[in-house]
Amino acid sequence: MAFDREYFNLGHLDALSYQDTFVHRLDPRAKIITIIFFIFTVISFPKYEISGLIPLIFFPVTFFMFGDIPVLFIMKKVLIVSPFVILVGIFNPILDKREMYQIFGISLSAGWVSFFSIILKFFLAITSALLLIATTSFPRVCYGLRKLGVPQIFISQMLFLYRYMFVLADETMKIIRGREMRTFEKNKINIKAFAQMISIIFIRTLERAERIYKAMLARGFNGEINIERKYKFNSYDMLFIVFSVLSIYLARRYDLPDIIGRLIMKGIG
Amino acid sequence: MSDALISPAVGTTFWAGTIAVIGYCSRKLKEKIDDKLIPLMGVMGAFIFAAQMINFTIPGTGSSGHLGGGMILAAMLGSCPAFIVMASVLVVQALFFADGGLVALGCNIWNLGVYPCFIAYPLIYRPLVKDASSAKRIVFASVVGAVIALQLGAFSVVIQTLLSGQSELPFGSFVLAMQPIHLAIGIIEGIITAGVINFVRTARPEIIKNVILQQQLSPNISIKKIIVILGIAALLTGGIFSWFASSHPDGLEWSIKKVFGKPELADKDSSVHSAAKSVQEKTAVMPDYDFKKSDSLSESEQPGNSGADEGKSKWPAVRTGTSIAGIIGSLFVVTVVVAFGFLIRLIRKKQAESRNV
Repeated sequence: MAFDREYFNLGHLDALSYQDTFVHRLDPRAKIITIIFFIFTVISFPKYEISGLIPLIFFPVTFFMFGDIPVLFIMKKVLIVSPFVILVGIFNPILDKREMYQIFGISLSAGWVSFFSIILKFFLAITSALLLIATTSFPRVCYGLRKLGVPQIFISQMLFLYRYMFVLADETMKIIRGREMRTFEKNKINIKAFAQMISIIFIRTLERAERIYKAMLARGFNGEINIERKYKFNSYDMLFIVFSVLSIYLARRYDLPDIIGRLIMKGIG
Repeated sequence: MSDALISPAVGTTFWAGTIAVIGYCSRKLKEKIDDKLIPLMGVMGAFIFAAQMINFTIPGTGSSGHLGGGMILAAMLGSCPAFIVMASVLVVQALFFADGGLVALGCNIWNLGVYPCFIAYPLIYRPLVKDASSAKRIVFASVVGAVIALQLGAFSVVIQTLLSGQSELPFGSFVLAMQPIHLAIGIIEGIITAGVINFVRTARPEIIKNVILQQQLSPNISIKKIIVILGIAALLTGGIFSWFASSHPDGLEWSIKKVFGKPELADKDSSVHSAAKSVQEKTAVMPDYDFKKSDSLSESEQPGNSGADEGKSKWPAVRTGTSIAGIIGSLFVVTVVVAFGFLIRLIRKKQAESRNV
């Protein structure tokens, strides 16, 4: 069922981040900065741009291959979240019918061009966000964010959330299983039953929060979560940032496929 | 919201607003922090997360939905803690489930956090619910609060999309598609929120008492701050309305006229997109985004172009006629990238094998 699948996916993405590759070893800050620069560059392309975006595929591909991340697993996740973008974007071909390109006698409307551009941007931006987690792990991303100046309370909150997400997911799974056992083959949950289930989970959550709090007090909790692992920002990280930012910038500044295509055409004819 | 539908200017603007609110809430919480609140906030976030994974059926339709959570959080924790929790839930969703993306995350936190926590909860839910003594009152307050929060959020999505200029959807039909759906979602969200509060109130009344007590412990936001936030929201919508006014002169002109006494607020160019573009040029935090293409390239590229001014023409990036060079180049680049990927994978496999032997 849906819950089991989502829960499993969550754990799987998390597990991927504990590999030990070149990409995984990079400082979280280096990855956060580069990926944010990458996404901003992607979305800064004009509306009717396709060919200029294509060299940027190089970036996620590098992460996939060097970081040993299963491509299909990530692609499935991207596909799951695609409906909203497709739904909004699909009106472009319908509403914007001006002819834009003539390729071998087939005309391509501006709407289709902008639609494909949106899809390409969506793919690039979403994939890189997933790759950040898959190669860094959530606690390390939090560590990087803390070092980049995000308030401590917000970081503590995210670390708590992350820690107890799995615990509460187990709890929720028990309740869902219990319900499934008692409602033979009736898988749809109506709102009233849903509110009651949520209420039970909520009460258990609060009880848990109280126990956690007492246990934390016993261990000397003073309102801050300390992250033990210390990273050192070394020359590799610097090199990674400089190289990536430079290549992303070049891809943005020049329409590389166009230039290459011209060269090839010149070579041919 | 999604990264693909957003422009850097819109993304950055809403990130700035969101960061400001997160900073404000963090400071507020730090001032009067009760240690107990932090673990409670953490598990509440996890609770919303777990709850969102369960789908329920929406009556009348065959479809299913899940809980949003903003309203429950605000009702149980108060404005600032609820906002921090909501923001953290959205960060985790963006990272683990790729929901939205990283640049759009600022917009998403704004749409799903600011409206329930700083408008619906303090200005609607709290005055309506009073001391939480009557179940019916809780239902009413929750439904009204959730509906308003979701309407504002949905409207915000429409505005962010339009300002970004990636979608061709006209304002009117997009609003007509978004608002009614979110009305239904809001009612359901409100009923669930009320269901949970009422259930907890009868099953474990001391928890609700604790929650009410905690609300008093947790900082209350002052009226002044609310006014500031509302002011920002008004400014945003005001500025945005002026663009619509100029982009849809027939439809919205009279309403603007009614409100402001004149048909148009500014002598702007006739399209939303170019208006958004001019704003982008003015407000771009990092000027690098506006890297223009090298002129020699785009000039030789556009022999059939009407020669209109780049900034003013309706679709500046359009090239007319054939562009086979672009296609050949693209195919070439894709081939190289794929080949590169396979090569790396092959090398890694070889390495792993030699390590195993």
